[in-house]
Amino acid sequence: MRLGLVIDMDTCVGCHACAVACKQWNTSGTTGALTDYRPYGEDPSGVWFNRIRHYEVGDYPNNKTVNIPMSCMHCQHADCVNVCPTGASYKRPEDGIVLVDQDKCMGCNYCAWACPYGARELDREDGVMKKCTLCVDRIYDQQLPPEERQPACVITCPAHARFFGDFDDANSEVSRLVRERGGVKQMPELGYKPVNTYLPPRITRPIPTDDVRANRLVTSVKDWVNKMVAR
Amino acid sequence: MHPAFSVILFTVISGAGYGLFILLAAFHLAGIGPAMSHGELLVHGGVAMGMITLGLLLSTGHLANKKNAWRSFMRFKTSWLSREAVFAVLFYPFAGIYALGVLLQGPAVGPLAAVAGVLAALLAVITLFSTGMIYGCLKTIRQWNTALTPANYIMLGIATGTTLFAAIASVFGNATSMHAGVAMVALVAAALLKGIYYFWISRVNGPTINTATTFNRATVRLLDTGHTAGTFLTDEFGYDPRKDTIDNIKMGVFLLGFIAPVLVFASILSGAPEAVAWLAAISSLIGIGMERWLFFAEAKHVVRLYHGAPNCTSPLTQPASDGPEVPETAGAGEKGPGWRLGDTPGGSGS
Repeated sequence: MRLGLVIDMDTCVGCHACAVACKQWNTSGTTGALTDYRPYGEDPSGVWFNRIRHYEVGDYPNNKTVNIPMSCMHCQHADCVNVCPTGASYKRPEDGIVLVDQDKCMGCNYCAWACPYGARELDREDGVMKKCTLCVDRIYDQQLPPEERQPACVITCPAHARFFGDFDDANSEVSRLVRERGGVKQMPELGYKPVNTYLPPRITRPIPTDDVRANRLVTSVKDWVNKMVAR
Repeated sequence: MHPAFSVILFTVISGAGYGLFILLAAFHLAGIGPAMSHGELLVHGGVAMGMITLGLLLSTGHLANKKNAWRSFMRFKTSWLSREAVFAVLFYPFAGIYALGVLLQGPAVGPLAAVAGVLAALLAVITLFSTGMIYGCLKTIRQWNTALTPANYIMLGIATGTTLFAAIASVFGNATSMHAGVAMVALVAAALLKGIYYFWISRVNGPTINTATTFNRATVRLLDTGHTAGTFLTDEFGYDPRKDTIDNIKMGVFLLGFIAPVLVFASILSGAPEAVAWLAAISSLIGIGMERWLFFAEAKHVVRLYHGAPNCTSPLTQPASDGPEVPETAGAGEKGPGWRLGDTPGGSGS
């Protein structure tokens, strides 16, 4: 199995609900707490497994706002695991989930240096590294109804921009989406082989704006009159 | 990269200690230079071991969970940090046998102590190499991901070791032109390697904001990082020293780290009292301390691309002349060290 997420950059509205749901589930989960520093102060900060950033792609007038949620990519070549001196970071052979054993971590930050995606954050309160678990304490929970055995971020997404599944299964929803929508990976040139895949914005029919008003004498006079009346 | 003071002290002090030990073993066991007295051998070895130990203890200073530090020996198979820890500890028994041989047998050590001394010197070089590889193996930091990184660590350790070696020898009236000559050669070689490194990182390339965000056929600009205050990532990777600070420190590296010590040894060769070698030792240690600060401060992690840096060398904040002046609105300023959300022209602080 190769579990991971597909994130649709076309439908993501950048609402941060996935990050909040993640924080809510995981702060009371097996890797909690996700410590907050100065939560009611002027510069509140803290540990998050999922962060959403917002970008402008293209130049005006052909530009677009794209929201990119990012959490652990559960890379196939996870350097964060290789560089860990204590063996606290490990990648599960059965499903590819990268986890941190907090009882072994010495908080040296080296894995965070090795991660290109900024997926790992040190909890300064606990002194150990924390990261996305792909809700490992949820997706296998037999107590939950089957439809809820998904990461918290996927269940909560109101735009349905997040999908969870097995990338090794060619017929899974995530594999199908990647195939049909041309899924892309972030920074593939570094060779980490991230599992999480992003779906690019759909190419939509351009809506013409230059032919709405023909440049004729009547419209010019109308424009002039409107301007004068407004003044 | 945020320069961690404990790591700077550790790498500089331990590096010089390993360098001093390598010089001691080379001069003593290979018979280079003048014969050393019993006392001189012990002081050289004692200072080297003391500096190495002090550095290793200081290195635990940046650990957030020190009680698990012993576990750092566990992943020798994959982690250079683990390898460094193992080699650093493996150095001690061999250095100890050599030291015991000197202590009991005097300058004319037996074959066992001599072999142990050679092996300890070899382990010292391997430890320096491992320290360099901790940084050199990271594909995420293009400035470090080069064979020059471990080469620099080895040569800078040996160069600072040679200055210390000459300085300690001067106490025993034993700092010969051989000491000065070896120091000058090592310093010039280290300066050349460091110069090549600075040249190389000034034109390094790698991932861009385009490959990071997957949009390779359009310009990409950061609108908002999604957080109002600093995060772990901004604290650790958002360090952006000013260009003139970098230039001044770099000047200090070459002046104090290499040029001044070489001039001091040149003066010894032309008849100055040998005790001035201490000036060279102190100057080179300060200079290499500045070099180590710069090594971290100039390293730019690729996660910065997600925070608005267009490529692997650019600072996060664009020069003010790039766009119209954005008036400082309440709360849109200070977003942690070196990170401003309002740095894109017209960008808002959410």
